[in-house]
Amino acid sequence: MAQTTFEEISASDFFYRNRDIAGFTNPSRAIFAAIRELVENSLDAAESLKIPPDIYVRLSYEGEASKETQIYRLRVEDNGIGVPPRHIPSAFGQVLYGSKYKLKQQRGTFGLGGKMALLYGQITTHQPATIISSTGITKIYMYKLMIDIQRNRPLILDRKILLNKEQWRGTIVEFTLEGDYFRAMPKILDYFKQTAMVNPYANLTFVDPKGRLYKLTRITKEMPEPPKETKPHPYGVDVELLQRLIQITPHKNMLDFLKNHFHRVGEVTAQKFLEFSNISPSKNPKKLTHEEIVRLMHMLKKFKDFLAPDASCLSPLGEELLKAGIIKELKPEFVAVHQRKPATYAGHPFIVEVGIAYGGEIPKKDGFLIYRFANRIPLLYDEASDVSVKVIEAMNWRRYKVTPDMPIAIMVHICSTKVPYKTVGKEFIADRPEVRREIANGLREVARQIQRFLTRREHVDREKKRLGVFSKYLPKIAQFSAKLAGKEKLPDIDKLLRSVKRFGAEET
Amino acid sequence: MEQKKHKISMIEKRKEVLASLENLGLKTYEQLDSGYFPSITMPSRSTENIHYDPQLRQYILGDRTVRRSTRNIRHLKPFTQLVWAALFSHELTSQRKTSTLRDVYYSAQAYEMTFTDQEESNNIVTDLETVLGFSREDFSIFPEERSAVFGDLTIEYTVPGYEGRTLNLTSHPDGVLIGPALTSAEFVKTTADKVIAIEKGGLFTRFIEENVHKKFNAILVLTAGQAPRATRHFIRRLNQELNLPVYIFTDGDPWGMHIAMVIISGSANAAHLRELNTPDAKWSGVWATDIVNYKLPTDPLDDVDVKRLYELQKDPRYKDPLWQREIKTFMKIKKKAEQEAFSRYGLTYIVDEYLPEKLEAEK
Ligand SMILES: Nc1ncnc2c1ncn2[C@@H]1O[C@H](COP(=O)(O)OP(=O)(O)O)[C@@H](O)[C@H]1O
Ligand SMILES: [Mg+2]
Repeated sequence: MAQTTFEEISASDFFYRNRDIAGFTNPSRAIFAAIRELVENSLDAAESLKIPPDIYVRLSYEGEASKETQIYRLRVEDNGIGVPPRHIPSAFGQVLYGSKYKLKQQRGTFGLGGKMALLYGQITTHQPATIISSTGITKIYMYKLMIDIQRNRPLILDRKILLNKEQWRGTIVEFTLEGDYFRAMPKILDYFKQTAMVNPYANLTFVDPKGRLYKLTRITKEMPEPPKETKPHPYGVDVELLQRLIQITPHKNMLDFLKNHFHRVGEVTAQKFLEFSNISPSKNPKKLTHEEIVRLMHMLKKFKDFLAPDASCLSPLGEELLKAGIIKELKPEFVAVHQRKPATYAGHPFIVEVGIAYGGEIPKKDGFLIYRFANRIPLLYDEASDVSVKVIEAMNWRRYKVTPDMPIAIMVHICSTKVPYKTVGKEFIADRPEVRREIANGLREVARQIQRFLTRREHVDREKKRLGVFSKYLPKIAQFSAKLAGKEKLPDIDKLLRSVKRFGAEET
Repeated sequence: MEQKKHKISMIEKRKEVLASLENLGLKTYEQLDSGYFPSITMPSRSTENIHYDPQLRQYILGDRTVRRSTRNIRHLKPFTQLVWAALFSHELTSQRKTSTLRDVYYSAQAYEMTFTDQEESNNIVTDLETVLGFSREDFSIFPEERSAVFGDLTIEYTVPGYEGRTLNLTSHPDGVLIGPALTSAEFVKTTADKVIAIEKGGLFTRFIEENVHKKFNAILVLTAGQAPRATRHFIRRLNQELNLPVYIFTDGDPWGMHIAMVIISGSANAAHLRELNTPDAKWSGVWATDIVNYKLPTDPLDDVDVKRLYELQKDPRYKDPLWQREIKTFMKIKKKAEQEAFSRYGLTYIVDEYLPEKLEAEK
């Protein structure tokens, strides 16, 4: 048990040293990750109020940093919920501080992303960040701050309070960072496009360092139902979580403890469980030894009678919105979408939504265009390792008349209180059998729909081709036979051509 | 008088051919004009419909027919090609011009008709033969390959520009090509009393040099390998119109044997046509038994030769005892010999010794 600590490092120090795992791997990746983290915070902030997000992102050139890298100023502005003034310094200056530890579907989770961006900017340019925010009250707060990395505390350099005459509500984050925009550009543009695809109710504006304006306009103000907060489900808990719950619980016996802190556990279920696991209902949870906590965790997983978690804590996009997003960004000739019923893996509820789009402005290439999303965030890196890609590759597409040379895009969206990411960088989804099964079933459904579409189209094409053949050859036969028979006048083939058309129409 | 008859029959035949082509056009025209999809019915050329007719001593087509209707999209293009080929043939024949299969393939492009490849256009020409019951030479389409003839036979041309001109077929020491002009020529007179067909050019030249035509009173025909249809028809005419017996000399192997057989009994490919074969012609050598009797220098039979022998053994055209005996002998001795093999006995042996013996034996 005795653990010798030779040197303690703070959370911010730890994450700075390990910035790779949060996606800040190199100057081009870093600039992408910074934009992405701030945009996601803004989306969360607007959605939590059920307001269609309006997000403005500007990246401007500040100067040379090295041969390959430049210094940029990044400004992200939103119309979200705003940060209460007393939380601003910590929310932006203390790693692992955040408002999203509650159990519901959201984009951020670790209290980490936004700060990693600021941290990275601070280390590379030694400049403070500016945060301006208002929750719509009479005042606007402006902070200039840096992060004290050693102590993981915000360092406030300046603070101003402005009058909020226009009743503005939202947040502006502005800071400088080193990066390589031109290498990152394709990914960044992709990111905006795909974000617009799964957030069709958002207005996204991006001004790049060359002054180019990218505007992705919403096509709907409809938004998905926001997720409800939920308690952890017994199947999903680990020892760590149990210890935390025991620490904070006001309840003095196991029965109340179970009833009040777990999802889908009521009086009767709690009693049955305690009987099953041979734990006294009156036992004080705070008195559990470490061994007993470990045993409790195992028993929770073994007990068969807990109801599956419900999915009210999830906020899938919904078939209508997914379809609208795909049509908006891909302008395909055909699209089919499908939302699976809620499912669970290891006690975590999740919902899979899939879509398939064909033709239109989708380019033809060797293989499908695959768009992966988790909790309405596009996943752009490590495609090959993602479970969706594995499922797509394993599917027998020919059965559905789909071949790799067709202009086809496939999207897979998984939303969950705990997306099974493989890494902190949130780039790809781990291969879990439950998740895999849902994706596969969803894809089969849309595959059947595209098959019907392709069959119909094939038929129309065939019909067109058929008519083409008749109108090519019948006149020739007329010409040759007239000449052979020594006739001046050509035979009348209009009747035949007309009947070919009628004949064709009957077949459809 | 026989010659007269031929002249008339040549003119008659051309008229018949033209009429049947026009009729094909007219039928198609009328169907179109009255709002029907034109269609055509012809004997099927699939293998199940090819039978050997022992009476005719050649392959013939059975009763099965195929219908080609322009209502069926898959038939539309071949039907159009067929009508085009008929028109093209009509133009050739009425203008008394000739063409080749290769020409047909290329000429189509001028009419915005396309053939995917030579084989497709060849097939259409064969379709036209089947529909009309005439061979392509009748509607002026000739094969590329040419064989030759040499001997005392005087012919009279019927081709435009040469009408009435005569030629004695000994006038050129290399022989005279059996082309469209010769095929359509009339036979005027001959002193020959037999025809000797020879597989290879070397031996043909040798025979001319050795005066075989004089010594044996023969018209020499070079088949140049498998005899072209025009040559087979020409040999038949020599046999039927001039009453000349025909003797065929080939290499002593299954392939040479089959060259002789096609002249005698025709080929499955031409089952839809008549009058290409010469049932009374005789294969005079080189037999497998000759190889033994004359102790000829040989090569061993290889695998394809043996395989071919097994095929021929089952072929209805080979059911006569002579053929069966020769096939068996080949299989037994496992050897083959070329015509040139006789050179081991000196250049003139084949003419002075072998030929007289064989011709005598065949009488
Ligand atoms: N644009 C914003 N509007 C409102 N609140 C924000 C915004 N950006 C960050 N926050 C607050 O700051 C917290 C920390 O953000 P961040 O470091 O990105 O971690 P996370 O998003 O994982 O919680 C968030 O939980 C949120 O409460
Ligand atoms: Mg965040």
